[in-house]
Amino acid sequence: MVQELGHLKETASQTAGPYVHIGLTPNFGGISGVFERDLGSVMVNDETLGERITVTGRVIDGAGAPLKDAVIEIWQADAAGLYNSPSETRGAADPNFTGWGRGPTSAEDGTFVFETVKPGRVPFKGGRLMAPHITLWIVARGINIGLHTRLYFPDEAAANAEDPLLQRIEHRHRAETLVAGGQAPNYLFDIHLQGEKETVFLDM
Amino acid sequence: MSDTENRRPETGAFFQRDRDWHPPAFAPGYKTSVLRSPRKALLSLDNTISEITGPVFGHSIIGELDNDLIHNFAKPGESAIGERIIVHGRVLDERGRPVAGALLEFWQANAGGRYRHKKESYLAALDPNFGGCGRTITDENGYYVFRTIRPGAYPWPNGVNDWRPAHIHFSVFGHGFAQRLITQMYFEGDPMIWKCPIVGTIPDRRAIEQLIAPLDWANTIPMDSRAYKFDIVLRGRRSTFFENRPEGN
Repeated sequence: MVQELGHLKETASQTAGPYVHIGLTPNFGGISGVFERDLGSVMVNDETLGERITVTGRVIDGAGAPLKDAVIEIWQADAAGLYNSPSETRGAADPNFTGWGRGPTSAEDGTFVFETVKPGRVPFKGGRLMAPHITLWIVARGINIGLHTRLYFPDEAAANAEDPLLQRIEHRHRAETLVAGGQAPNYLFDIHLQGEKETVFLDM
Repeated sequence: MSDTENRRPETGAFFQRDRDWHPPAFAPGYKTSVLRSPRKALLSLDNTISEITGPVFGHSIIGELDNDLIHNFAKPGESAIGERIIVHGRVLDERGRPVAGALLEFWQANAGGRYRHKKESYLAALDPNFGGCGRTITDENGYYVFRTIRPGAYPWPNGVNDWRPAHIHFSVFGHGFAQRLITQMYFEGDPMIWKCPIVGTIPDRRAIEQLIAPLDWANTIPMDSRAYKFDIVLRGRRSTFFENRPEGN
């Protein structure tokens, strides 16, 4: 016998289900009067520092249809490369930028849109810089555990080439699934759940 | 709170997720997962600062009735129909430490098993006094509580005769974005739990049992509400053995 580690097991994930809007974006889902506004619907204000961008995209299933009942969350550094989080020890992030956004895919065509700023670079272990990126987390009916991926920028070829996460992708053409289309300030990012263009999802 | 403020910033990476404990993406008994499941291997990588950090929400976002689903959608002086219950518990990490300041959002069907949603088509009646959403933030001990009605079971199109057991959806934020979790709470003694294809996506029976809230008789409020206890465990952080490196350990 040895001592017990005493660790608990993480609570198992379950799908967000078809009515995820009731919980996460109730005003969008038609329930008004409970919360003043949907959390995460606004990331920037007039004072936010940095280059304003939009990220528009869809989440596409294995039959090529966009999901019209998904919710996407994004998390990113501010324009100077600092996270608005108590775990950020390198300095104080822009107080006018939350770094976190949440948005539904539309019931009409399945698009999501985030109005944000372009993130600065943040360090990897050992101090070398990662390329500017946005973390995404996708939940929906039929998704049993939230899907985690990253968006990189098409106009950062040099930084992307030295990014430690992108470098870890063995099949080089798959790294392109993490690089947005479009151009500044309007980027496009479709997420493919399956098929030839399946997005690289992360276990991090 | 001064104790919290004086604590060292949490900069450790999170324990790796046990993917055999969680449901797999592809679980054909739950038909919608078939076309919505990634089929290629996930890219596994230790956390970077982008996963170690995460948004933290202040108690100021929480309104007075946010954790009272019996009243937060009801007309003045009225209340939702159904069995009155208290749901309470703690948010802990895998090391057993309380997670203070965790935002919990919850949503559910009404007492008849009907959701207030435009895509909902079950013939059970809507309750004009029940919206079905709420939220709260854990205190310094990781504790939370809310009041609601016990949701009803309902049928759903998957197999010909599949029903969801009574359940409450939970969305949980810890302190790092890698802890982000959505799950569902079930009720002790419900025989339908073991017939449900969505519950059945979870491979390990112990992981399912961890989602079943026991009736908490001691915390039942006489002549008012029964209580159910539901503890939630988020990923734990590794110790930061050496000096805090600014980019995280």
